[in-house]
Amino acid sequence: MRRFSFAALLAEAANAHQGWGRQWRNPEPKRSYDIVVVGAGGHGLATAYYLASVHGITNVAVLEKGWLGGGNTGRNTTIIRSNYLYDESAGIYEHAVKLWEGLSQELNYNVMFSQRGVMMLAHNQHDVQSLKRHIYANRLNGVDNEWLTPEQAKDFCPPLNISPDLRYPVIGAALQRRGGVARHDAVAWGYARAADARGVDIIQNCEVTGLRRGPNGAISGVETTRGFIGARRVGVVAAGHTSVIMSMADVRMPIESYPLQALVSEPVKPVFPCVVMSNAVHAYISQSDKGELVIGAGTDQYTSYSQQGGLHITTHTLDAILELFPQFSRMRMLRNWGGIVDVTPDRSPIIGKTPIEGLYVNCGWGTGGFKATPGSGHVFAHTLATGEPHKINAPFTLDRFYTGRLIDEAAAAAVAH
Amino acid sequence: MLLIDCPYCGPRPEVEFRCGGEAHIARPAQPADMDDKAWAEFLFIRSNPKGVHAERWIHQHGCQRWFNALRDTYTDAFIETYEMGTKPSRLPDGRTTR
Repeated sequence: MRRFSFAALLAEAANAHQGWGRQWRNPEPKRSYDIVVVGAGGHGLATAYYLASVHGITNVAVLEKGWLGGGNTGRNTTIIRSNYLYDESAGIYEHAVKLWEGLSQELNYNVMFSQRGVMMLAHNQHDVQSLKRHIYANRLNGVDNEWLTPEQAKDFCPPLNISPDLRYPVIGAALQRRGGVARHDAVAWGYARAADARGVDIIQNCEVTGLRRGPNGAISGVETTRGFIGARRVGVVAAGHTSVIMSMADVRMPIESYPLQALVSEPVKPVFPCVVMSNAVHAYISQSDKGELVIGAGTDQYTSYSQQGGLHITTHTLDAILELFPQFSRMRMLRNWGGIVDVTPDRSPIIGKTPIEGLYVNCGWGTGGFKATPGSGHVFAHTLATGEPHKINAPFTLDRFYTGRLIDEAAAAAVAH
Repeated sequence: MLLIDCPYCGPRPEVEFRCGGEAHIARPAQPADMDDKAWAEFLFIRSNPKGVHAERWIHQHGCQRWFNALRDTYTDAFIETYEMGTKPSRLPDGRTTR
């Protein structure tokens, strides 16, 4: 891997930038690997990277039916925060935020992580009580989150209107200053480049069509559109398609896949300094470094794999945004799109073992998985390398839906489901 | 927005309807006899196929009646709608068709 540095930039500038070359290989699949990761999104690539960098396991393939980072990794609204209510959730999301803070240096790739702050608005007494409860729970878990008066919220986010005669007046806000955004494509590319440099094979255009099991019932490899690939362990990191992959081994999952839409406006000069969310009004918004307003909608009401949702869902979301920020009423929306998210009954992920030996799963991130990418990959790599969960992902078992020990994060996403 | 053929009212826009999730999951007749595995199956486990899916809908802003539907989750196209308590002309096998 050629390291990016100021010296490298100068050298390439003198060379008219002709010598950068490809940042990862495009290898043919080998006949077998120690570990096969299904899905080259952010979580899958992070898993492969930490398998190589932390555990020294480099005989690893990441299989991707399309191109890397082309699914939900490239479709989310890039928001990063860790102010979740329950101890287990705070544990894994805070683990991720700590990894985010050093990620660009670690990968030698600028993921444009920007801790510009994530602010959640309170419009009524219930919001105040709920957000304060989150703040106190977060503080006990060492997660930064603080209460702002309307004036302090306005200072932090000048576009906010705090007039008391609004339809949805802002009567306070919770602010996680360490929250923010990152460039989602760069996260996939950075992990891919760093994993590839350590010997991981990233195999694109290679769709898994079956999971093969040996005579003892354990996983022996995967059938793909490019032939059979043997593996001692298989980690499924397939987001919205988890149920489809797992059904190949007759494992039924507590997951439903829904379309989740987002949209961006035309790019404008910097007008919006942070991320603002409102659960009551059902909207969240930020501005990308390119200048687009980035707006997330809620899920559609029916399960689907179509990667598009109903127009009335986005219309409803824009209505909500304009309740809070009427100054954006003349903005043109450039693009909207949908991704397929894997939603669990308790809105918490499943990271760990399955009933089949050698088959592991990392799924159920639902509407908010991007923020967890480094932490998810880190603990799942530990699980795949050792066969046992890391203590951070130990509570996120598939088994919890049978024992009843749910992690019921109603606030797992920015908007109500 | 989907156009949904209510078996009682005819085709109407999706905003008149609410989706009630997977169909044909029978409420346990003897709850006390259920073990944890059976409860998990009933409450949480879903077939979630990429293909034909049997699901329940209610025409909330119309006749307010529940009905079942077969819909392809890959194309979102409705294959048929049918009344509660009846079976469709063909049952999905619960697995992907693509």
